[in-house]
Amino acid sequence: MTAPRVPGWRRLLLEAGYSLRDFFGTFGAGQLFLLRILASLPYALARPRLVIQQVYVAGVQSLVVIMLAGLFVGMVLALQGHNTLSRFGAEDTIGMVAALGLVRELGPVVTALLFAGRAGTALSSEIGLMKATDQLAGMEMMAVDPIKRVVAPRFLGGVIAVPILTLIFNAMGIFGAWLEAVIVLGVDEGAFWSQMQAQVDLQDDVLSGIVKSVFFGVAASLLAVFEGYNCVPTAEGVGRATTRAVVHTSLTVLVLNFMLTAWLLGGN
Amino acid sequence: MQQTRAVELGTGLFVFMGIVALFFLTTRVSSFDEYAGQEGYELQARFDQVGTLKVRAPVSIAGVQIGRVTAIEFDTERLEAVVTMRIASQYDRIPADSDASILTSGILGGQYVGLQPGGAEDYLAAGDEILYTQSAVVLEQLISKYLFNQAGAGE
Repeated sequence: MTAPRVPGWRRLLLEAGYSLRDFFGTFGAGQLFLLRILASLPYALARPRLVIQQVYVAGVQSLVVIMLAGLFVGMVLALQGHNTLSRFGAEDTIGMVAALGLVRELGPVVTALLFAGRAGTALSSEIGLMKATDQLAGMEMMAVDPIKRVVAPRFLGGVIAVPILTLIFNAMGIFGAWLEAVIVLGVDEGAFWSQMQAQVDLQDDVLSGIVKSVFFGVAASLLAVFEGYNCVPTAEGVGRATTRAVVHTSLTVLVLNFMLTAWLLGGN
Repeated sequence: MQQTRAVELGTGLFVFMGIVALFFLTTRVSSFDEYAGQEGYELQARFDQVGTLKVRAPVSIAGVQIGRVTAIEFDTERLEAVVTMRIASQYDRIPADSDASILTSGILGGQYVGLQPGGAEDYLAAGDEILYTQSAVVLEQLISKYLFNQAGAGE
């Protein structure tokens, strides 16, 4: 959408207005798209094989990335924590510090970001390519709704995979923190686990992290399929849609994370 | 067909790993709130000063946790803080003249309610109030008391 020819600062104002309108337009289109997907969910659930296939693509194929990332994030948390906490003679609390950091913040957020990079891009480029090669139009011609057949199972697969990936990331992260703190740095093992258990609360910490990851799963999957489905059906358009999916998902996850944290902490 | 089986196997293992991770997080990493769903009874105690005592702080007797603080309110009539706590029902033989004090665990730790058993024959029951209480120690008050004493001694 280009602004009409007007001189000077009014042009800037107009362009700002147009991009604002485009932003809200896309935002609204995304909401409507989500509603269409939700309306197609019964169809997707009636064909569990399609969904299982997508859980496999989104989850199992991201597993190695998530596990490696979790291991090293946990290890670096323990290393940094040890470096600072040992100045106060509080290195026994390292298990608690690492576990709280992981289950509350890093686990859900880093998993969602990695998911956007590993699986989100694959989703949007796959759907974009289907659109560019007229496969979606072909389905419509055969009276198969591509939202039901292609989009909804992929969305659902992502929504199921992200919380599970987050759990695995958290577990691997705590394992990594244990490895670094107990095996490498020689923190007392009993103190490591008992401090962690004493301070990490199942409901306030572990479950609030899982609640976050469910929201992130919905956001990341929705943005990936949305960008793919609405891409310009050319080679360049598919590439752009893929980039946009990652960038938008990352930003959305980080903003959403702040809002969810404020909401989840608000009760206390 | 072969490929479908591999996909199903992979997905099954993936979900199973998720469940194992959840089990690990709930049992090894975090503490269950053991007193949440359990049977229990409520006691009340009035304090002049609760300090930084928070809801869900532990209630312990002889160092053993027996319940949690469930509510902290201010009584506008008597101008005191009313602390409600829930005690697990297996600890139903706490003497009626026990006293409650607000203590701090460690130097930087959180505050908790410590019960000191009395010697009475009858026991506290649901809804009872602990009559003998000792308020939280507020550091600023302690320091100002000390300073006043010093000033008084100097004259």
